[in-house]
Amino acid sequence: MKLLTHNMLACHIKSVKNGFPFKIEAVRVEEIEADFDPDFLRHIFPRIEYHALREAAETLGAGGLPEQADEASLEDEDFLRAFHHALLEVVLEEGALICPETGRRFPVAKGIPNLLLHEDEC
Amino acid sequence: MGRGNRPEHTAPPEVFYSESEARKYTTNSRMMAIQAALTERALELLALPDDGNPRLLLDLGCGSGLSGEELTDRGHMWVGADISPAMLDVAAEREVEGDLLLGDLGQGLPLRAGTFDGAISISAVQWLCNADTRGADPRRRLQRFFQTLYACLTRGARAVLQVYPEGARQATMLTDAAMRAGFSGGLVVDFPHSTRAKKYFLVLMVGSAGALPAAAGADGEEPDDETAEVAVAARRQPRKKRRGIVGALTGSARHPEAKGKGWVLKKKEQARQRGYANIPADTKYTGRKRKSRF
Repeated sequence: MKLLTHNMLACHIKSVKNGFPFKIEAVRVEEIEADFDPDFLRHIFPRIEYHALREAAETLGAGGLPEQADEASLEDEDFLRAFHHALLEVVLEEGALICPETGRRFPVAKGIPNLLLHEDEC
Repeated sequence: MGRGNRPEHTAPPEVFYSESEARKYTTNSRMMAIQAALTERALELLALPDDGNPRLLLDLGCGSGLSGEELTDRGHMWVGADISPAMLDVAAEREVEGDLLLGDLGQGLPLRAGTFDGAISISAVQWLCNADTRGADPRRRLQRFFQTLYACLTRGARAVLQVYPEGARQATMLTDAAMRAGFSGGLVVDFPHSTRAKKYFLVLMVGSAGALPAAAGADGEEPDDETAEVAVAARRQPRKKRRGIVGALTGSARHPEAKGKGWVLKKKEQARQRGYANIPADTKYTGRKRKSRF
C-alpha cells in the first residue's frame, strides 16, 4: 500500500467520528520505482493531508519532507521529488493500520490492507 | 445475463470468486476482452476532462485488476477495492499499478471525504442487492455504500457503475438508493434491444445536473464484436433429472430417458404442418417400443 492510499483512507466503523489518519504499524516496507509525474503531484497536492503524509513517511523510514509545505513549494523540484518518493514509492507490504479513535487493528498482508468489519462494527 | 444461473444466487461474492474462479480472469481471453470493453465504455461515460492530466480514480469490485489495467493504460492512478481475497491475490500477482483494499462495499468505503476524481465499477454492485448473511439488509448496505461513495468523490466527479440488475425491481432499487444518497444521474442502457448485448450503466454525478450521456445502440444496432456477452461465467450445475410423466413430452415412468409418446406426436404434427406427406397415422401403437422379435 502506497502512502497516497494511506492518506485517503479513514476508518469506516460506524461509531467512529474521525477515523483519520490511520496509525501505521510497519513490519516490512519496500521501495518501488514509480514514474515521476509533476502534473499529477500538483493535481493531487491540495487533497493530501500533508502532516499525516509526513508522519506516515517517517514511520516507514522515509524522511526528507519539510515540516511545512504549501502550493508555493510545488515549484521546488527538490520538494516535488521528496513528495513523489513519499507518496508513491514507499510501500507498506506487511504490518497493520490502527484506527486512531478505537484502536482497532486492520492487518496489512502482501501490501493489501484487510478493511473488512465485524458485524457489530457496521 | 439471461442464460444460466446468476452467480449472485449461488454464493456470496467472497466465496463465489474462489481461486479457480479468479484464475479464469487471467487465463480466459474472452473474459478479459469483455472486461476491457466494459471498462472502456465506463471510462467514456465517466467523461473526465480531456486535459491529459492523470486523475485519482476508484475501482469498486476491482477483482483481479483487469479494469484497473485499462485505467493505468490511460495514465490514471487508481485504488481498487474488492471483497474476494482470491481475486486480490491474482491482482497482486499480476503486479497491477493501483493499490488494493480488501473490503466489503456494503460496509461503506473507508475513505476520506472529497478525495477521488471519479469511480468506476464493472459488474460488482448488483451483488449488494442480495442478503448473504442473516441480518444483512440489502437496502441498508446499498444506502451505506452510496453515501460513502458520494462523500469520497470531489464535486463535479462522476461514478459509472456497470451492473447486471436482476429485473426492473433491482434496477430501481439501485437507482433509488443512489438518488437518496444525493447523486444525480440515472441508468444508461446500452443496446436495449438486444438480450445478450444489453448493458446497464448507472451514471451518477456529484453536484452537477448534467444531462445523461446517450446510450450506445439505442436505435437497434448490434455491437460489432462478441465482447458484449456476459462477463461472469455461471457455475456449472448438473441438469435436473427428468420426471417420467406419461403423456408428457418425456418418457414413461419405466423409461424416463426416452422422449415419449407426447414428443413423437408433437414431431409428427409439426411435420404434417410443414407439408410433409407420408406421415404415418397416429394410433395406439405410436411411440411404443417394438417387441424384441423384431
